[in-house]
Amino acid sequence: MLKLPIYLDYSATTPVDPRVAAKMIPWLTEHFGNPASRSHPFGWEADKAVEDARAEVAKLVNADPKEIIFTSGATESNNLAIKGAAHFYAATRGKHIVTVATEHKAVLDTVKELERQGFEATYLEPQSDGLITPEQLKAALRKDTVLASVMAVNNEIGVIQPIAELGEICREAGVIFHVDAAQATGKMPLDLAALKVDLMSFSAHKTYGPKGIGALYVRRKPRIRLEAQMHGGGHERGMRSGTLATHQIIGMGEAFRLAREEMAIENERIRMLRDRLLKGLQDIEETYVNGHIDNRVPHNLNVSFNFVEGESLIMAIKDIAVSSGSACTSASLEPSYVLRALGRSDELAHSSIRFTIGRFTTEEEIDFTIKLLHDKLGKLRELSPLWEMFKDGVDLESVQWAAH
Amino acid sequence: MFAPAYLDHNATTPVAPRVLEAMLPFFGQQYGNASSRHEYGRAARRAIDTARQRVAFAVGAHPTEVVFTSGGSEANNLFIKGVAANLPAGLAAISAIEHPCVREPARTLRRQGWQLREIAVDVDCRIASADFVAALAEKPAAVSTIVSVMFANNETGVVQDVARLATIAQDSRAWFHSDAVQALGKIPLDFRSLNAAGVHALTLSAHKLGGPKGAGALVVDKRVDLAPLIAGGGHERGLRSGTENVPAIVGFGVACEEAIVRMAETAARLRGLRDDLEHGLAARGAVIFASNAARLPNTTYFSLPGLDGETLVAKLDRSGYAVASGAACSSANPEPSHVLLAMGIAPATARGAVRVSLGPETSATEIAGFLQALSATVSDLQSMAAISTAAH
Repeated sequence: MLKLPIYLDYSATTPVDPRVAAKMIPWLTEHFGNPASRSHPFGWEADKAVEDARAEVAKLVNADPKEIIFTSGATESNNLAIKGAAHFYAATRGKHIVTVATEHKAVLDTVKELERQGFEATYLEPQSDGLITPEQLKAALRKDTVLASVMAVNNEIGVIQPIAELGEICREAGVIFHVDAAQATGKMPLDLAALKVDLMSFSAHKTYGPKGIGALYVRRKPRIRLEAQMHGGGHERGMRSGTLATHQIIGMGEAFRLAREEMAIENERIRMLRDRLLKGLQDIEETYVNGHIDNRVPHNLNVSFNFVEGESLIMAIKDIAVSSGSACTSASLEPSYVLRALGRSDELAHSSIRFTIGRFTTEEEIDFTIKLLHDKLGKLRELSPLWEMFKDGVDLESVQWAAH
Repeated sequence: MFAPAYLDHNATTPVAPRVLEAMLPFFGQQYGNASSRHEYGRAARRAIDTARQRVAFAVGAHPTEVVFTSGGSEANNLFIKGVAANLPAGLAAISAIEHPCVREPARTLRRQGWQLREIAVDVDCRIASADFVAALAEKPAAVSTIVSVMFANNETGVVQDVARLATIAQDSRAWFHSDAVQALGKIPLDFRSLNAAGVHALTLSAHKLGGPKGAGALVVDKRVDLAPLIAGGGHERGLRSGTENVPAIVGFGVACEEAIVRMAETAARLRGLRDDLEHGLAARGAVIFASNAARLPNTTYFSLPGLDGETLVAKLDRSGYAVASGAACSSANPEPSHVLLAMGIAPATARGAVRVSLGPETSATEIAGFLQALSATVSDLQSMAAISTAAH
């Protein structure tokens, strides 16, 4: 028996893996010490557990544990990386920032805040497949560019940006390179020993860890320095003060350990499910996949269904939990800014559905979803005058709509 | 298994059983992102709304005045930097006994042209009224002013008369903040009446009252023009972006509810235990800091003449009693407590400071045992001192 609604929104958040939860709980109750307490074993054991978790986080991305700073999540990590580096290096390197129009709001809003403070920003427009090219970045860099921020994996369309090439360009130009990898961990290998990335943001709750915890990778060689955004007791080598949430950190460590050990096998299974979903939806007419189909994580399928109205579609498919746009902006009625940046029309942006598949998705759930979409789209289009016109061969682009 | 008695509740507390029970479903079952529009997301949103009501109720605030953060440090940073960001540089007046997460953000304001003024305390850790008035009188009336005075001190437990200080500060049109992390759940807090007296914001934390680490709040008057510390997505009325930490927020709500229901009973019991403890300490020749001031019922801060605090807590730990020599955050720091120095305590005495902070699960047996262990430790240390003096 299927449990409804079926969760296909793993890019919004993931359940905490039961193995992760089991590891966290003792650190709420019997091992509850403050890791900063130096005078008793309650503190020492918490401190040791935090350091073990830090090592696990570092290991997933082939970094040194000393390069990992715990934060409250990827949004805070993005704020700390971008504002922290921009403020620290503005005087010596300049006040120009390069980012991409399809970044997460945590990056875009942070860059906008810096613009209000007198920084200048260039927003690269991706191609219609959602990717930017190394040449685009190269052309945007200036003498006074202090930082470039490009996400590894897009949260809405799942495309993978060419981080390795972009990193080479930044390193050569002496520009600090920040990567938001919130959607990448556990979905693709990340090797910070090879990548020329200076700062990288992580989140636990997108990778079967708990909410409320994330990390920022801060490179030591060559050393990157940051201006702290949260001041106090000097935790996290002065870069982020505040009592460390031991159980959450341990949860993140365990989640990242599982990701490292199981990623290869898990992603094959997820790819198979995604391909099954794609195949099942492709025989619906006027269906468009958003974003590059190969250069993306296997978890993501973002599809626009032409000739249906977005809100009606969402209402019709309540038995599946999906996003139309990203979770963080879905409360607004504006069409997805990511799809608009790809050049999709307002109509296609509005009628887009993001399916994101994860660890606990089953074949049965995918088959249910395919059938649901076929049924509901059929019904909605039956009611649609636009669909009727389209089927009658009317070129809708050429129709002159009368004003009311 | 050997489990030491935990007498360091001002550093952090174990999560109460009912709190844990309330949190658990939100890890693996009701795991939605509160911003998602589907049922998983809406369930998370409802849970946050309930928690917000519980936190608000515990401090006599309206739910819309509660801004959830990752903890007390973030809430303190949010207020101090957030208010300053929207004002012309002026005066930031903070007490000399503030936690580093108030003092350090206040210090960063100096780079933007703010003047930082520390307000003195008396020997009993109480804000010196005359100096408070003087601090506010030193600047022209039109200059923007931020005041931050903690509600209860983490080391001495001393409770300030925040309402009275806020009333004084109202004449200077100051934006008044109080870090109430140590007060929440231990003594009554009523934001409505505090707000009427001129307090604009309170900082709260979950993990000091039986809630989880990773959640806190700024309770803030909506007239305060606050710039966010963390941008991106516009969560928490645009004041704090980032996916809400649903299990921790839920736990925070239940912890508030639990603590408030039992506060009077727990406070009376702990005050009794603390009095027993202090009788025993006095009999052993201890100096008890700030004992003449109104204090939290759970906190004792003392020093034994001639004995080093670090050494004493290490010995006590080996005897099975977990206590602190100062605030947890700066425990690695060998400098004597800035709070005691501000009170005018001699550095030699301050180096001897030991903090014992009790919690709801603390028993009379533990207090009696602690006093015994202390006596044994002191005789050990004194005989060692005698030997080493003889050797010289």
